[in-house]
Amino acid sequence: MSRHQLDARNLLCPMPVIRTQDRVATLAPGDMLEVFCTDPGALNDIPAWCRLNGHRVLETRRDGRDVVLVVEVGGEER
Amino acid sequence: MSKQRKAVALVSGGLDSMLAAKVVQEQGIQVEGINFFTGFCVEGHTHAIREKDRSRPKRNNALWVAEQLGMKLHIIDISADYKDVVLNPKHGYGANLNPCLDCKIFMVHKALEWMEANGFDFIITGEVVGQRPKSQRADTMPVVARESGAEDRLLRPLCAKNLPPTLPEREGWVDRERLHDFSGRSRKPQMALAAALGLEEYAQPAGGCCFLTDEHYSAKLADLWRARGERDYDLDDIMLLKVGRHLRPRPHFKLIIGREEGENNFLEGYRRRFIHLRTLGHTGPLVLVDGRVDRDDLELAARIAARYGQGRSAAAVEVQVEDPGGVLSTILTVAPLPPHEVAESWHV
Repeated sequence: MSRHQLDARNLLCPMPVIRTQDRVATLAPGDMLEVFCTDPGALNDIPAWCRLNGHRVLETRRDGRDVVLVVEVGGEER
Repeated sequence: MSKQRKAVALVSGGLDSMLAAKVVQEQGIQVEGINFFTGFCVEGHTHAIREKDRSRPKRNNALWVAEQLGMKLHIIDISADYKDVVLNPKHGYGANLNPCLDCKIFMVHKALEWMEANGFDFIITGEVVGQRPKSQRADTMPVVARESGAEDRLLRPLCAKNLPPTLPEREGWVDRERLHDFSGRSRKPQMALAAALGLEEYAQPAGGCCFLTDEHYSAKLADLWRARGERDYDLDDIMLLKVGRHLRPRPHFKLIIGREEGENNFLEGYRRRFIHLRTLGHTGPLVLVDGRVDRDDLELAARIAARYGQGRSAAAVEVQVEDPGGVLSTILTVAPLPPHEVAESWHV
């Protein structure tokens, strides 16, 4: 289990989701991915994508202009 | 026990593709969605950076549809390969720079590749005969099936009864009698079907799902190609065409002017790529300079930047000019350009 970061700042929907999806595909179940975005829509989209694909959002927060989400990789991803 | 059949549905986030997937789900088929990102998508919340659009739900409708239907959704970035579709559409453009028929062929082909790689059996789209003038005509729908390579593995559940039976119908994976015979531009049948399926909320159709069908956007893309002397673009180019006021005061450069805080914030992300200007002492837009400029050009750009800031009525305004990355910085003191000197022809 390890912790990773993804910079998805200055990307508009759906790129933050795509970058998250592609990065998660390289990680192992139980790994955590901290995603940094500036598109506030990511607060809806990344959790929705996680719900659909068996991952968990452990934390969401705003940090200045950044929106930060911490995703725990689930075990069901194909 | 018969094999569980699996279908992949092209999901745009609109009503038709939602219904098509649902109709097939209702027959016991396992359906997963694909949403393709071309870079030109209106879907999602591209507009959410603008204050006037803040009231719109900040959601990606394709993801929302997938949640409503309880299916997985795979969002796939095809923007790099899609460039050839935009630049060289075999079947030509529509009213603007929209290569709709080539686009549909390309997307179904990509879905076919995904289907084969992931062990799925057929493809679903929400197409309806006669609904769109280019890609959804009776004579072009077979072209999509043929040229995409999907052939009879492409099922259009909303109008299947108007078309020859496809493989899933002939094999009995889906019951043709429970598919539909919609045609034409009216959306009433879709709305009635949505109600019958208990789908009360869905994205309202609002001018298509692709910026290339938009006259103003297409004009900006054509201007970009003219100015660069070649028909080419990268992803940043086409994202920037969605944001800000675009003015081309001289053939060799244009200005991208943030119209409000949200756009200024977005343009901030491009300061490493463009010379950029901002007014000092007065609130004003962030302005990116796209092109090669000399001192006179920068002076004009600074006057235009001042004209769109709070100091527009002042006799003189200081404008900071920074190189990409902000390594070199100059301050110009200029008179804001009077509105009547901003030529209408500059507006791209």
